[in-house]
Amino acid sequence: MSRPRSPLAQFERHGLKPLAFWLLALPGIWMATQWYWLLNGSPHDLGFNPIETTHRFLGDTALYVLMISLAVTPLRDLTRWRAVMKIRRRIGLAAFWYSLLHVIAYLGLDLYIAAGMSISGMFAGLWEDVVERTYITLGMLAFLALIPLALTSFNFMIARLGARLWRRLHLSVYPLSILAILHYGFLAKGNQASPWIHGGVLALLLGYRVFVQLRGLQGRQQRTT
Amino acid sequence: MIRRPNETWQTSADDVTPKPLFMNRRRIIASAGALGLAGLAGCGDGQSTASAQAPVGNHSPDPQRSLNYSTSDYRVSDPLTSYDAVTGYNNFYEFGLGKGDPARHAHRMTTEPWSIEVEGLTERPGRYALEDLVDFDALEERIYRLRCVEAWSMVVPWIGIPLSSIIEQLQPSSEARYVTFETYLNRSEMRGVRYPVIDWPYREGLRMDEATNPLAFMAVGLYGEILPNQNGAPIRLVVPWKYGYKSIKSVVKIGFVAEQPETSWNLTAPNEYGFYSNVNPERDHPRWSQRTERVIDGGVFARRDTEMFNGYADQVADLYAGMDLIENH
Repeated sequence: MSRPRSPLAQFERHGLKPLAFWLLALPGIWMATQWYWLLNGSPHDLGFNPIETTHRFLGDTALYVLMISLAVTPLRDLTRWRAVMKIRRRIGLAAFWYSLLHVIAYLGLDLYIAAGMSISGMFAGLWEDVVERTYITLGMLAFLALIPLALTSFNFMIARLGARLWRRLHLSVYPLSILAILHYGFLAKGNQASPWIHGGVLALLLGYRVFVQLRGLQGRQQRTT
Repeated sequence: MIRRPNETWQTSADDVTPKPLFMNRRRIIASAGALGLAGLAGCGDGQSTASAQAPVGNHSPDPQRSLNYSTSDYRVSDPLTSYDAVTGYNNFYEFGLGKGDPARHAHRMTTEPWSIEVEGLTERPGRYALEDLVDFDALEERIYRLRCVEAWSMVVPWIGIPLSSIIEQLQPSSEARYVTFETYLNRSEMRGVRYPVIDWPYREGLRMDEATNPLAFMAVGLYGEILPNQNGAPIRLVVPWKYGYKSIKSVVKIGFVAEQPETSWNLTAPNEYGFYSNVNPERDHPRWSQRTERVIDGGVFARRDTEMFNGYADQVADLYAGMDLIENH
């Protein structure tokens, strides 16, 4: 007879992943509801420039979720709450889905309409933007770098690639998160604080990895001498 | 006068304000003037106030804030942007970076009494009360297109006087080749200036021939009312052929100088924002295209092609004859 589990263990086993799913889906559900109301002619919260609001909202969400995914491992280390690792993949994937929506909105609501509803015009506009505008170049690179990570997020892909290669591939989340922050920062008009604040948070998250690496290195050196 | 071919989705100028109504408004204002009653809003008797309360578009002016004015021929035929959008979607960084921040926070700004400091190369420097600089009996309505550098646009029924009438009054000397403007700055009333987004106070400038072009306008009202604070109360510049940021808000200083003045956005990012800042679909902002614009409040997917000089080329293109407008953006 196994003894009854604690409520926390029960939650970790049955509640954590669904909870993470719904929390991560919430911004998307909100956005979908707002668009439904908007197209319906009902009152909505998208403001006087709904497309701009949509771009900002999806981009911000993608960036925040990406940062949260980078905070999972430090959280585990600092709190010793190991179960949080169960939702790391979910969070990383959500970052991919929100950036995909962000890119689709940019293509469909901006470039497609600006090109007079022409698909080829849309791609011509995309090419022009990517070549000429630094913040789009950076954002597009960050998005492209996310695609292989999303495609290799399934268990069988991890098994197929081998843990070592998979881990190495997924290290690219660090440079791509820097690209994403730069994409955000390059869009600000004037001298604004928020890109620096976002950049500071990312620096902390990445700095933590560097700190852990250096400490590990030091530990090994001490052991070998 | 800007006229573009009417498309089915466009309302005609007559839909904006029915002709009998504005003719009626003119007549009542004229008769009120004849009786010596035309004056500041709220100062006249019941009849003149009633005339000022004629609805503009879908908006009925607040009787406490309504102005007496005549209509003018400066009216584009595009449908008006709604009052709510005009007064709820603003860039006024002194009150915050969000488009809704000015509407939320600008009420803190003290606009009465208001005076304007006049300085530089002029016969009449000094401090002027707003009422001494603006003839409130000579107000006219102009329906102008507004094109923001951020690639969105509105159509706004402004009320004010030509900038040239103020310049005439101030008698700049012959060496004065530029006019400068400065926005009010008060740290306790403007929460956005705590952080140096730009080097406050906000400054703008025009070449003298631009400033005296008949299109250049000083607005004290919109939609039949005195300006809401978020739109640059109590007095602001409106230069419809230039990007919106040239149309400086809440002006407290007007100067006359010989050399091209420093202007706020040009100081902040010279490759992005030039001194002239004429609307030009051929000259992209380094970070986005200027060929098309989102029409605020014109429907979710409304976009239109951006026109050279925002559609005012007939009136202003001569000012820039022979100039390279990509170089001098």
